[in-house]
Amino acid sequence: MDTRVINWRNTGAFFAKYGIYFAFVLLAGGLAIWSRPFRTVGNFENILQQISVNGILSIGMTAVIITAGIDLSVGSVLALSAVVATSFAQVNDQGNAEHGLFVPLALGVLTGLACGAVNGVLIAKRRLAPFIVTLGMMTVARGLALVYSHGEPEINLTATYDTIGEGLTGPGVALLAVVLAGIFILHFTRFGRYVYAVGGNELAAKVSGVNTDRILVGVYAFAGALAGVAGIVESSRVMSGEPSAGEGYELNAIAAVVIGGTSLNGGVGSMAGTIVGVLIIGVMNNGLDLLGVSSYWQQVVKGGIIVCAVMLDRKSKY
Amino acid sequence: MTAQQVSENPLLKMEGISKSYSGVPALSRVRLEIRRGEVHALMGENGAGKSTLMKILSGIVQRDQGDISIDGKRVEIRSPKEALDLGISMIHQELNPVRAMTVAENIFLGKEPCYRYTGVVNRRKQRELTLDLFREMDVSMDPDKIMSALSVAEMQLVEIVKAVSYQSRVIIMDEPTSAITGREVAKLFEIIRRLKSRGIAIIYISHKMDEIFRISDTITVLRDGQYIETRPAGELDHDTLVKLMVGRKISEMFPKRIAAPGAEVIFEVAGLTKTGLFQDISFKVRKGEVFGIAGLMGAGRTEVMETVFGLRKADAGVVRIHGREVKIKSPADAIRHRVALITEDRQLKGLNLTASVRDNITLVNLKTFSLFGQVLQFKKENEAADAEIAKLRVKTRHRGQIVRTLSGGNQQKVVLAKWLLAEPEILVLDEPTRGIDIGAKAEIYKIIADLTAQGRTVIMISSELEEILGMCDRVIVLYHGRITAEFERAAFNQENIIKAAMGNWSAN
Repeated sequence: MDTRVINWRNTGAFFAKYGIYFAFVLLAGGLAIWSRPFRTVGNFENILQQISVNGILSIGMTAVIITAGIDLSVGSVLALSAVVATSFAQVNDQGNAEHGLFVPLALGVLTGLACGAVNGVLIAKRRLAPFIVTLGMMTVARGLALVYSHGEPEINLTATYDTIGEGLTGPGVALLAVVLAGIFILHFTRFGRYVYAVGGNELAAKVSGVNTDRILVGVYAFAGALAGVAGIVESSRVMSGEPSAGEGYELNAIAAVVIGGTSLNGGVGSMAGTIVGVLIIGVMNNGLDLLGVSSYWQQVVKGGIIVCAVMLDRKSKY
Repeated sequence: MTAQQVSENPLLKMEGISKSYSGVPALSRVRLEIRRGEVHALMGENGAGKSTLMKILSGIVQRDQGDISIDGKRVEIRSPKEALDLGISMIHQELNPVRAMTVAENIFLGKEPCYRYTGVVNRRKQRELTLDLFREMDVSMDPDKIMSALSVAEMQLVEIVKAVSYQSRVIIMDEPTSAITGREVAKLFEIIRRLKSRGIAIIYISHKMDEIFRISDTITVLRDGQYIETRPAGELDHDTLVKLMVGRKISEMFPKRIAAPGAEVIFEVAGLTKTGLFQDISFKVRKGEVFGIAGLMGAGRTEVMETVFGLRKADAGVVRIHGREVKIKSPADAIRHRVALITEDRQLKGLNLTASVRDNITLVNLKTFSLFGQVLQFKKENEAADAEIAKLRVKTRHRGQIVRTLSGGNQQKVVLAKWLLAEPEILVLDEPTRGIDIGAKAEIYKIIADLTAQGRTVIMISSELEEILGMCDRVIVLYHGRITAEFERAAFNQENIIKAAMGNWSAN
């Protein structure tokens, strides 16, 4: 009798652990069978392009959530980084670029990094709740984006800047680079191990000699920098730096991370899970579009999936 | 105990109670009989199963097997609410009142007297009922006081009054004196006697022997999840009781120490003070010594060593290692000086329960397994973790097993492994055997003996006197943040250590 119980529990644990991958295969497979337009190369390119920004944000968000934190500011930081970057990528009256491509890219990433570092310092040193700090930063960064751009989108961008976001190459390369970097940092470095240690038990990590403050600042700075990268990808894709860009993106990122099995309680999660979470949201949006489901209903479905994912996560623990 | 009470049927009877947690038995066929109006002490070492038995009785966990009857009638206790309805309430060691509410609101939580039909709380009546209860129990307290403004002893009193208000017939008290002072204890005992005279039975759990003999009528001993014996308190003395609890002569638990401590003072604390926690703490520890810090819970022992380790900031005082003054501002500094702290509460401060055995073991030393200080070298790391797992005989399926799923004794070994991997010279062990079974305890003692044989130095904080007597070369005793006594092994005397821990001992 005992063995049966244990077997059942193992099966349960197995599905809890890998269920999300099965769900993705099922979803993608089902759509491929169901919908002819879904299984075209063009559509895959579409999907990749659509998920690039959320994918980049989600990688940073994963690290943050593993520390038992949250970053609500990434959408606004994306916008601030986008307007800063694009303001240095405009052509002058003669139609020439003022700066090389490197300047807007570097400034965009640095802007995000700075915002994230401020988040991290307030959370680590002042012991403020991540929810509150990043909620504040969400508003501040949005405000700064509007102030900096005078509420107008930064347009007339150089051709080189625009080409980053054109087609699949730019966003695809950016996403791939960020994903690889994220996997490397989280799973193959000492810093990454400490991220788990801080999220699993911050006090125990501190007793073990881990400089937990530094880890927290690093994680939020990482998420901020990736919001900067996402801001560049987004603005070059639409060829304008919009101060209103990225609204609600933080919630999409959180959703992808949670669907991917990362626990909001910290200490548990993986980049692979997040990537699947991003893919599930992307494929689902795309598939529902192709099937002609209204965008209103799409939101209902997406919400349901998030709650189901968390329920699965809960189950695996008890 | 009067003849009439003896002849009576027991008020509460638990028989053949068994319970296991994920295959590990915590209780097997345990029995307990409680009579009306008696104080029944439940004794046993940590891990003996006392708390599991009480959790079953108060409906917090469910038994696997066995019968519970009250007044000869079989009952099922499926939840704390059902326990309360049957007249069983428990006063936990960690009190958990709703701190933002008043005394009266806490007492009537969930059974507030209401105006008819409306469900609106009749605050005046609630206050009067509270005062009635206070009068009955001879307690003087303001029912409108906010809970968070009360002392621990007062909160405890409120809990007792609350238990009485449920018409409880059995009140379980888990370590009720762990956080209160002598005068408050006297008051508590007076209240317990009052409850007795009303026919209420008390199940009293405590590690403090003197209290047990002062207050209890009957003593039941559990050991390793087994029922050992029930006897009237008058028939037992201290030594017999300890023998029943430990089940073997204490000398068999503790390994022979091969090496004698050297003469070199390796570690010294001088004048360490943290206002409100401890004052003027000074002691010297010799190389290869097992140095004990004894005292009651809350005496400041943990706080002293956490301060030394850089987790708290001292107001005054210095720490010297190898005779050189060191500044330790953070645990990282302490680790650099090859000091390790195995904390008292392994779940809170010792382990990352959600991570694997390997990730926990290598945490302190991760840099040695990192290329360029960052890139993890998994092969090297795995080998080191496996070696420690084998050395300490951690029972784990695989280094990748999540620590949460290990037993208490094995979790403690993981904490030890983590620190041993850092090769510390000085190990501070804070209650190293709390909550682990006797077998694992003996193993931990063996490890400590081996460590000192290798020339390492151990500072051991412990509340278990047997452990101090069995392991230490020297011991200091703390009471209310001050050192009240120091004993060499040759001069060890159980009674004197207890007296010093209670603050009434002087060398002359």
